[in-house]
Amino acid sequence: MASAKEVLVDPIFNNNPIALQVLGICSALAVTVQMSTTLVMCLAVIFVTTMSSFLVSIVRNFIPTNIRIIVQMTIIASLVILVDQVLQAVAYDISKSLSVFVGLIITNCIVMGRAEAFAMQNPPLLSAIDGFGNAVGYSLILILVAFIREPLGSGTLLGYEIMPLVANGGWYQPNGMMLLAPSAFFIIAGLIWALRSWKTEQVEAPEYQIAPNAQYREAL
Amino acid sequence: MSDSNFNKDSLKNTLLVAIGLCLVCSILVSLSAVALRPMQKANKELDQKQNVLRAAGLLPSDALVDAQGRDVAEIFASFEARIVDLDTGEYVDGVDVATFDPIRAAKDLSASTELLKDEDAATLGRRENHSIVYLKRDANGGLEKVVMPVRGYGLWGTLFGYLALEGDVNTIAGLGFYSHKETPGLGGEVDNPKWKALWPGVQLFDAKGIPALSLVKSRSPEGSAAAQNEVDALSGATFTTKGVENMMRYWMGEGAFGPYLKKLKAGTV
Repeated sequence: MASAKEVLVDPIFNNNPIALQVLGICSALAVTVQMSTTLVMCLAVIFVTTMSSFLVSIVRNFIPTNIRIIVQMTIIASLVILVDQVLQAVAYDISKSLSVFVGLIITNCIVMGRAEAFAMQNPPLLSAIDGFGNAVGYSLILILVAFIREPLGSGTLLGYEIMPLVANGGWYQPNGMMLLAPSAFFIIAGLIWALRSWKTEQVEAPEYQIAPNAQYREAL
Repeated sequence: MSDSNFNKDSLKNTLLVAIGLCLVCSILVSLSAVALRPMQKANKELDQKQNVLRAAGLLPSDALVDAQGRDVAEIFASFEARIVDLDTGEYVDGVDVATFDPIRAAKDLSASTELLKDEDAATLGRRENHSIVYLKRDANGGLEKVVMPVRGYGLWGTLFGYLALEGDVNTIAGLGFYSHKETPGLGGEVDNPKWKALWPGVQLFDAKGIPALSLVKSRSPEGSAAAQNEVDALSGATFTTKGVENMMRYWMGEGAFGPYLKKLKAGTV
């Protein structure tokens, strides 16, 4: 059985849910325009993943095999509703800008994936650590993406102006693409590239080889 | 398991787990919803008041207190909310202003009217029969500001906002949107403080009292009669600009607040 430390640290660089497993991309694109929404989203995912792994693991020996996915979903969905309700009560502005994405934590593959792949076979404490580690791995990527998107897109970080915009009499012309979802794709792709250059064992073997173009003369 | 006969896949256990889980989860969810409702309701009300005040230009867009340090509740206390019958332009009593929501009313078949294609400039589908206005009066009881909810379809979705008029019921005091889906950087510039600053002072009606507000590519010469009714369009956002213009035409027109504004100007309501 894996040690607690391995379970905690592994998903951060070696087995990162976004960078290696390429899960949870949807919310990584949507909430990373501003650092403040990103941080709240990260906290919400950390809470939900840790708690759902812990709770699923507690009842894992009682969960009938044929309804196990439904049981996991119900636990996850209840936790997400709880988070959504709390956010609406204490951080209304942020919950408005996160809009449906808090609700969509239910469908975040990372939460479900950890419950099914790890918590169903491991004791509660270790499962909670695993859930926490994976959510931290997810958060790390999100925070890095937001750290690039918010300053380049709006000249601010956490709402504080760090590069005065031309529109407000400064010098920085904001990059509008950074406000749109595709920019997160480029940044995540760049992060995956950087990570795989550092940890070359993450590079996947090519599934097929593109054949050389034998008929290039036709194009001429 | 100590009990060697325990079979987690038996029908009995499946039902037991399913029912038990449903009970526990539903109790947890409903408890959190009920316990947090008062806080959520307070947040929603505060948010709505902020939107009204920001449209009226009485609250900066990035702060919760105005220049004199008064908070939202304090500034809002100087406003009186009234329900208006949009068809007759008269005030309606007996409706609770604290719980009235024009957008919810527009979805209620019994409290709204379906709009025909040619009367639906702002692409709303249905219009509520009653709407709400917020009035601010000066010390002598004269009208100082009136704020009303407006909405209209832009490029990607409906823009929701508030329009504030000065006491002459002609000069715009401010326009602000609290919810829209326009493209960031293009149509999303409806939130740009610099663009919003172009609105105050613009006149809704021309010298003959005909609605004349328009969003234009290049404004008429400074000081001309037409320039009083013009706002700069947003560059790169033709559909959003059209949407805002249609929205203003619709809500200030006969189909919506027109009858009320006439009576308010004449002092008969």
